[in-house]
Amino acid sequence: MPDGAADYRPQWVALTVIFWITTLPNRIGVFWAFFAGLMLDVVTGSLLGRHALSFSVMGYLTVELEQRIALFRAWQQAVSIWLILTVERLLSLWVLSATNQPTPALSYWTATFVSMLLWPWFAIVLRGIVRRLDLT
Amino acid sequence: MKPLFNRGPSAAVRMVIAVAFAFALIIADLHYRQLDSLRSGLAVTVYPLHFLAALPARIAQNLETQVASKTRLHAENDRLHRENLMLRARLQRFASLESENERLRNLLGSAFKVGERVLIAELLQVDLDPYRQQVLVDKGALSGVFVGQPVLDANAVMGQVVRTNPLTSTVLLITDARHSLPVKVNRNGLRSIAIGSGLVDQLNLLHVPKKADVRVGDLLVTSGLGGTYPPGYPVARITEVRIEAGQRFATVIAEPTARLDRSHEVLLVWSLPKLMEGAMTNSESAEPAALRSTLEP
Repeated sequence: MPDGAADYRPQWVALTVIFWITTLPNRIGVFWAFFAGLMLDVVTGSLLGRHALSFSVMGYLTVELEQRIALFRAWQQAVSIWLILTVERLLSLWVLSATNQPTPALSYWTATFVSMLLWPWFAIVLRGIVRRLDLT
Repeated sequence: MKPLFNRGPSAAVRMVIAVAFAFALIIADLHYRQLDSLRSGLAVTVYPLHFLAALPARIAQNLETQVASKTRLHAENDRLHRENLMLRARLQRFASLESENERLRNLLGSAFKVGERVLIAELLQVDLDPYRQQVLVDKGALSGVFVGQPVLDANAVMGQVVRTNPLTSTVLLITDARHSLPVKVNRNGLRSIAIGSGLVDQLNLLHVPKKADVRVGDLLVTSGLGGTYPPGYPVARITEVRIEAGQRFATVIAEPTARLDRSHEVLLVWSLPKLMEGAMTNSESAEPAALRSTLEP
């Protein structure tokens, strides 16, 4: 991927975690989100626990809102996903600044919008896979 | 079907537990550096992931070499041939210089040696944290890579190893905002510190006096003072010197000569810090003797 596109890259891991929590709410929850965040920390070489922290809060929000999100229309869903993702990024940024690491520029937030716009299609594709594999 | 009553702790309790755990991790990683073994253990499990993520780029590169046209290969071959000839011619001169240098150093009694061991590593085309200037290379602790090891490319200094896993290691580039590198101006030996800017093509020099003799186009080389980098390697070329009325120091901006965003292979260098230490401790005892020997004919 070219360097210029780095800011527009959607938060794939976060989207995937949200999707799984909304599809299998009684099997996948906060702890799964925590481990996904931990693995993301290891993969990207960031401070251990940074994504784990933000992902656990994100997982919690998703678990709480999951039943409401299921009833929402597509655009309402997208907006609530955007809120959750923004909280995730906010916490992540907070950890960065609390540990005296260089904080990113304002373009840091564009990823949340890209993810929001991608969410409906992303959910449709993954739901198709879930149906085919009959996971529920 | 979702059960009517959840068993186990509620989501809020789980979140509190997870967040507490995450805080513990952050503090442990930040202040005590206790988690390197955990991290490298987990990193082994994600190595296939890194490998897979790097695979498309690698395949594309292979394809490119496969379908490269004959004329282009010829041209490249010619170019490399010429370059090789030129480098060998230059090397002859260096060989004599090196022997002369060693002879002079022997006269001074210094234990400094120029030779060094290098290992060529390949960059894994993986995007790490996009807000840090870091790259992943495909050699790790199993190949003897250690934390703090300098990394060079064909042109100049690239950065240093900050984390090693058994199979891979993370290199912090000199342009990362948390990286600083002791340098000197090659022309006159003026010392300074080059701080990364977070941009891939920019370094800032710290505490350069306004009257200092720094010009656009000056080459910066490592001064070897930090002990991490070997002295005398090119780092950057100064692109801008700005003197502002309100500032106490001149604003000096340099562009790294290493091709940080394009390099594909990197060199991991060994044994220099140890040699440096050896040179420093030895020179203390050896230098007076050398001085005396030169004074007494």
